[in-house]
Amino acid sequence: MARFGMVIDTSKCIGCMDCVAACKTENDVPDGFCRDWIVTEVTGVFPDLSMEIRSERCNMCDNPPCVHCCPTGASHVSDFGKLVQINADMCIGCKACLAACPYGARYTHPDGYADKCTFCDHRLKVGQDPACVAVCPTHCMHFGDLDDPNSEVTELLNSRESKTLLPEAGTEPRVHFLTDKAKQ
Amino acid sequence: MREYTTTNTNPLVDLSHEVWGWEIPVYLFLGGLVAGMMIISGYFFLSGRWRNRDSSSYVLPALSLVLLSAGMLALFLDLEHKLYVWRLYLTFEVTSPMSWGSWILLLVYPVLIASLLLALPAALRERSPSLAKLSDRIQARPSTVRSIGALNIALGIMVGIYTGILLSALGARPLWSSALLGPLFLVSGVSTAAALVDLVAKDHAERDLVSRADIGLMITELLFIALFLIGLMNTSKVHQEAAGLLLGGPFTAVFWVLVVGLGLLVPIVIQTLTATHRIRHTVVAPVLVLVGGLVFRIVMVSAGQLTHWTPM
Repeated sequence: MARFGMVIDTSKCIGCMDCVAACKTENDVPDGFCRDWIVTEVTGVFPDLSMEIRSERCNMCDNPPCVHCCPTGASHVSDFGKLVQINADMCIGCKACLAACPYGARYTHPDGYADKCTFCDHRLKVGQDPACVAVCPTHCMHFGDLDDPNSEVTELLNSRESKTLLPEAGTEPRVHFLTDKAKQ
Repeated sequence: MREYTTTNTNPLVDLSHEVWGWEIPVYLFLGGLVAGMMIISGYFFLSGRWRNRDSSSYVLPALSLVLLSAGMLALFLDLEHKLYVWRLYLTFEVTSPMSWGSWILLLVYPVLIASLLLALPAALRERSPSLAKLSDRIQARPSTVRSIGALNIALGIMVGIYTGILLSALGARPLWSSALLGPLFLVSGVSTAAALVDLVAKDHAERDLVSRADIGLMITELLFIALFLIGLMNTSKVHQEAAGLLLGGPFTAVFWVLVVGLGLLVPIVIQTLTATHRIRHTVVAPVLVLVGGLVFRIVMVSAGQLTHWTPM
């Protein structure tokens, strides 16, 4: 069974927010909320500055704290693609998963249940990429099976330097960010 | 220098996000209080103190039922998907403290009702001869009394620890990343319960017993608070910053004045002076302990939610 992940090239991302708009449209995300968002990180001291732009979302962690703390099993790892998903009909809205996620990827849907990025699993099941990946005008986002040694995402991770967000939190994220360098 | 700009319209994605309001600290306070009351009334059942008709054993079970139900109501009010609450009882999630807690609380009610029947308050005894008869039958069986006492203590310890572990299982909030929260919340819960028994006790010997015990409990709580902060200060940068909220940060005054000062140190002095018969017993110390216990939980829940893994 596949273990889906995302590889995002920070050297190509221009922060246009097409991914955010596509997600809101595709998933009918309620007003005031979003499942993906853009972070611009500027480091250094003028004039020696560098900027990294990242499209962020649920990291579909291999060690997901949101699933471990869920009292009803609503947050679970799906058989399909080993994705962290939420069964809204089982969620009681206790918000433990919101408190447990170090990425702030979850929010309470106005209807009362916890909600977040699903990697557009309804699109994956018909062979399409997630909406954010599909619309990206700079093609900075790549999606595929991290367990397949021949997939595009695995090859990118093998050939380029990459990082995950807050690896020290121990969550083992499956959204990887390519930095600007080729692997030594 | 490092500057983050997050472009989103999700209030919960920003670097600090509070998901729990007043309901959770109130629930943790009442849960801890009831846990402590169960441990104390369990001890009274095992030690034979319940045979004294003036014992608080005749008050604690009913009071526990009321306070626990109030706490559960607060918990229920916090839920965003209220009509689905029954989903808690269709599964047991071994890694989720909330799942453990919801099942343990389900066991607490029958034990509290059994305790109520064993130590039936005089008002109920007069009104219902059948309940009085049932109570007499339970009282006539020493092994049943012992079992009810032991169950009270065992479940009280579980509930008390659970109120702390509930927070410490959420590793994304560095202030809560300490297994010491379990014993700390347990001791604090028993301490607030001792203060409540101090307030409601009719029997002077019993009141002296719990107020003396509370001195030891409060000293133990101070020790756990010190260990908790030392532990955070010796962990990673984000844990040090989390401890900083209580050590110079925005929660410093309320924590050290209301929780440690007025909630623990002052009551320790008052109860010690009372125990050595240098001042008269008043309600001041137990009331301070109860208020301190509630403020402690408000501080821990509010401050914890401001802490996160991204450097502040």
